[in-house]
Amino acid sequence: MSELTLTVMRLGFLAVLWLFVIVAVQVIRSDLFGTRVTQRAAVRRPDQAGQRRERQPQPKARSGGRQRRGAPTKLVITEGSLAGTTVALQGQTITLGRAHDSTIVLDDDYASGRHARIYPDQNGQWIVEDLGSTNGTYLDRGRLTTPVPIPPGAPIRIGKTVIELRK
Amino acid sequence: MSSNNNTTVSPGGLPSRRNTELMMLVFAVVIPVFAYANVGLAKEGSLPAGMLGYGLGLGLLAGVAHLAVRRWAPYADPLMLPIATLLNGLGLVLIWRLDQEPTITTDRLGGPLAPGQLMWSTVGVALFIGVLLLLKDHRLLQRYTYISMVVALVLLALPIVVGEEINGARIWVRIPGVGSLQPGEFAKIIIAVFFAGYLMVKRDALALASRRVMGLYLPRGRDLGPILVIWAISLLILIFETDLGTSLLFFGIFVVMLYVATERTSWIIFGLLLSASGAVLVASTNAHVGERVNNWLNPLDRAANDGVTETAQAMFSFGSGGLFGSGLGQGYSRLIGGIAAKSDYILATVGEELGLAGLMAIVMLYALLIERGMRTALAARDPFGKLLAVGLAGVFAIQVFVVAGGVTALIPLTGMTMPFLAQGGSSVIANWALIALLLRISDTARRPAPAPAPSLDAEQTQVVRP
Repeated sequence: MSELTLTVMRLGFLAVLWLFVIVAVQVIRSDLFGTRVTQRAAVRRPDQAGQRRERQPQPKARSGGRQRRGAPTKLVITEGSLAGTTVALQGQTITLGRAHDSTIVLDDDYASGRHARIYPDQNGQWIVEDLGSTNGTYLDRGRLTTPVPIPPGAPIRIGKTVIELRK
Repeated sequence: MSSNNNTTVSPGGLPSRRNTELMMLVFAVVIPVFAYANVGLAKEGSLPAGMLGYGLGLGLLAGVAHLAVRRWAPYADPLMLPIATLLNGLGLVLIWRLDQEPTITTDRLGGPLAPGQLMWSTVGVALFIGVLLLLKDHRLLQRYTYISMVVALVLLALPIVVGEEINGARIWVRIPGVGSLQPGEFAKIIIAVFFAGYLMVKRDALALASRRVMGLYLPRGRDLGPILVIWAISLLILIFETDLGTSLLFFGIFVVMLYVATERTSWIIFGLLLSASGAVLVASTNAHVGERVNNWLNPLDRAANDGVTETAQAMFSFGSGGLFGSGLGQGYSRLIGGIAAKSDYILATVGEELGLAGLMAIVMLYALLIERGMRTALAARDPFGKLLAVGLAGVFAIQVFVVAGGVTALIPLTGMTMPFLAQGGSSVIANWALIALLLRISDTARRPAPAPAPSLDAEQTQVVRP
């Protein structure tokens, strides 16, 4: 074998070895740039956050035309320890409570494990229902006894937490 | 590990990256084949006869392992298997390359060792598949916390009872018809399982019940007990088996996992103090360890057999390799002599024939593998999985550090093998099992949460409209 061939092979091998390392680093680049830091309390399933973001431009198309014009698109927590958290409304049921599998985990001494839930009815109207909580769920001033449609902008109070539906 | 952390970090890419893994695996099989051709061309001027066989063998192993991962751990990390395959393949090529040197491939030294190594790699991959197949959830191991402690201690103590002494260390057990086995290699995985299970239960007591003295958190005596017991056991191993490497690994992994579990820096300081005092104590009383330390301090002195010390020879080989190395098959690492060139000192061959550039690439591969392990620990949701992943990655990291540090004369040489690269059946098998466990944890960690089941009572409790 000529000296030249061997030198080329020697350097070529080193190049290939480093190429592998560089490709491997490319594969894990998602660790650096692809991660999202999300509020755990607000979004229980982080892997759905991406899908939700993609869907947001056409929420009506996704929900099969059931959602009415002017229907609220997000749930905002305005007071309490989670103040500032928002959850997009896509026709899914939102459960509230201290239980870990709730959509919104309330860190609130006055909240029950499964306190209340918010869900859309067939017409796309959002309904709030108290799930037999100890300290009650309040819509505006009144304590809920039955499932009640949520008027736009009306505050829902659970313990120290206040929730509103917004467009 | 803080539990009141209010944020989650989630990877953005697609959860399953099996096709990326397949691509990397093909790459990882091609590189050793290239190296194989390179050695043949350099030494004989023609492509070596067994090139196709070795390439196909390695490719087959990688393919079967990949299919197993695709089947039983579809969301596992895409990089660990390719990197392990590449390191194993490069190890096979390096051992085969050293087999071409007649002076260190005599019958007395066991003849050519590459075929045996390929066989052990096959057994290792089989164990890898077995772990993925049988262990559906790593949390099952949590049930066997104390059983695994007993098993690990028995494995560690086995060579004292039925072992034989080779090269001054008593760490092998001869199984008739199969060959020598190093139980310590398997014990390191099992002990990580025990530590993970133990610390998961005790970490709050260890972290919170402590007094603050001079800026250090001083744990209570009853919490300090376990670390002292582990220290004593590792010293006993060192004294009875004169195995510096395993005892360092054993103690180091406990300190690492304690630190991760409790977030207390004081454990690291205690660990360093205890291991330093233990090492000094043993080095000054035990002749074999003392000689190793002496070789490390004065590598250019005459060795015990009136020749050049192996430490000095390894340093010479790094020096003659330079920046880009002499090329595969064109080095003189046979001069290190004996079987050591194929096992403990295989990094010296890498350093001489691939140079600093090649050695750094290999070190990077190890670093990436360890990083993937740590990343798995970050992504894991259950505390046991987190601690186990940290422990396994830590075992790997400490082993790489102890061997690479020993060969490059940063620390005294200890009798341990470079994972995947060095010749040694137990090491290859155990490390494949370790990778399988990490893949299992990472599969659980990266698996997307199941879609929410349609709520039944949502249908039942609709508003009745008049």
